[in-house]
Amino acid sequence: MLDLYSPGHSPLHRMRPAVKMAALMVGATLLFINQSLAATTAATLAILALYPLAQLTLKQAFAQIRPLLWIFVLFFAVQWYFSGLTLAAYVVLRLAALILLASLVTLTTRSSDMIDTMTRALSILRPFGVNPAKVSLAIALALRFIPVLAQIMRDVREAQKARGLERSVIAVAMPMAIRAIKMADDISDAIDSRGYRS
Amino acid sequence: MDTAMKQGFATKDIVYIALFAALTAALGLMPPIHFAGAALPPITAQSLGVMLAGAVLGSKRGGLALLLFIALVAVGLPLLSGGRGGFGVLIGTSGGFLLAWPLCAALIGYLVERDTDNSAFKTGLNVALGGIVLMYAAGIPWMAFIGKLGMTKSLAIMVAYVPGDLVKVVLATVIARGLRRAFPAL
Amino acid sequence: MIELQNVSLSFSDRQVLNDLSLTLSERRIAIIGANGSGKSTLARLLNGLALPTSGDVLIDGLNTRKKGRDVRRKVGFVFQNPDNQIVMPVVEEDLAFGMKNCGFSTAEIAAKTDEILARYDLSDLREHPAHLLSGGQKQLIAISGVLVMNPDIVVMDEPTTLLDLRNKRRIARAVAALSQTVVMVTHDLDLISDYDRVIAIDEGRVFADGPPAEVIPAYQELMA
Repeated sequence: MLDLYSPGHSPLHRMRPAVKMAALMVGATLLFINQSLAATTAATLAILALYPLAQLTLKQAFAQIRPLLWIFVLFFAVQWYFSGLTLAAYVVLRLAALILLASLVTLTTRSSDMIDTMTRALSILRPFGVNPAKVSLAIALALRFIPVLAQIMRDVREAQKARGLERSVIAVAMPMAIRAIKMADDISDAIDSRGYRS
Repeated sequence: MDTAMKQGFATKDIVYIALFAALTAALGLMPPIHFAGAALPPITAQSLGVMLAGAVLGSKRGGLALLLFIALVAVGLPLLSGGRGGFGVLIGTSGGFLLAWPLCAALIGYLVERDTDNSAFKTGLNVALGGIVLMYAAGIPWMAFIGKLGMTKSLAIMVAYVPGDLVKVVLATVIARGLRRAFPAL
Repeated sequence: MIELQNVSLSFSDRQVLNDLSLTLSERRIAIIGANGSGKSTLARLLNGLALPTSGDVLIDGLNTRKKGRDVRRKVGFVFQNPDNQIVMPVVEEDLAFGMKNCGFSTAEIAAKTDEILARYDLSDLREHPAHLLSGGQKQLIAISGVLVMNPDIVVMDEPTTLLDLRNKRRIARAVAALSQTVVMVTHDLDLISDYDRVIAIDEGRVFADGPPAEVIPAYQELMA
């Protein structure tokens, strides 16, 4: 499965997904409660130190931050202008620490393991009418559909390219959605003909 | 979630929920459109998936489709535009917008379901209420909190996104009405 | 045995099938007809995916109207586009899907998966993501997903339409080797030249019914 997982055998890789998710929640809460720049800096460094321990490079750590760089710059500038350098540094560092910590979980846990953990956790909601088997089917179907829809989109864009419309959202999304819904009707028949009880 | 997965769901409903989660992911692969040069942020087609799921599937199925999408992002699949995913994005600056997606789709669905006169204008209005008003109402305070920015400054940042989102509302309205006409039994 | 008794079917105002009565007991049955002739709808009636507006469809005496679930266990269905049929993201998960629904044990599932993949020379694709398969491989996996459930009858709705010549032949060989009754809906007249019975449908009615040597020329004349 295509995910953001980075293969490895570190203690963090071996830790159970539920434990990692709980640790993430505690860590994020602590980062929010704490208001001092010194503690936030220490936390950021500590989280960064976990990257090599998890057999991850600092380059991978930076890659987690990169998509948000412009927003960091924006926040930093606004805070510096209105509230001073200390607060600006604190806000941006806290944000970086949060994202690095969360990415640590994502990078060391296979999506499939995380999905298993989630569906298992869902069975506690069974008394409220949640059916974990249906949730699993929905997850599996979505994973099955994503590459198929991506292919349909490539096909539709190619066809629209011939008319110079490949960048028109309507000219791509409309035929794509129509083909997708037709496919969904067939696949739901296929599921029923293969003995699925809904 | 509790009322959501009640027995009443037929196979077809599960398939449509998965389909619109996947459609939202696939729309993230569409290259962003710059419609005002560098002056305004580009439109990514992804939140179109939120609007379409609500307007086409209705509140329950539309909301669950986006809940499924966000769950798949949370477990680490790179399904957000630009190949982003994982918990980091969800607790980052735009986390409020993303986590609100299921509610936005559900609200759009609820409003569209209750709309009897079914004019293009009314559909567009309903899409805008869920897709802009509610999304901003959830996303802006989150951004203000995470960035310690305060509401006014956060609002000011988001103003730049309004034109692009209005374009998306129009697109979603046109596509959703087309799909409803093509598949009345949906 | 498949029986259609005075079957008519209409979608809103369009009459798709018009008072069909047929008894099918041959081992290889083909249904041919132009686009929109109603042949796909006829196929979907056979495992209860579609129900007649009036009349009845009986599979070994079971009425599709009342015994839909039992009928679907007896009658496997292969769609034109395997992408619309493969449910699970990974090959072995997809093969297991139908078997799990029918309550097969884990050991049975593993054994049948091994057996079917070996039969079509696909064993190395076991853990392969379904979307990375070629068109021919996908169709073989879709057919395998149906066969592992031990149906008595396999209905195929244009299974070769999307395939190239080599894969068409590969599917044709796979179908020829099946021990089950096969009902093949197709435009591909080469595929059915040795079938026991060919039924040509035109505008919702049976236009010709008999051995391929009689029906195919008559059909070609109609299409000319």
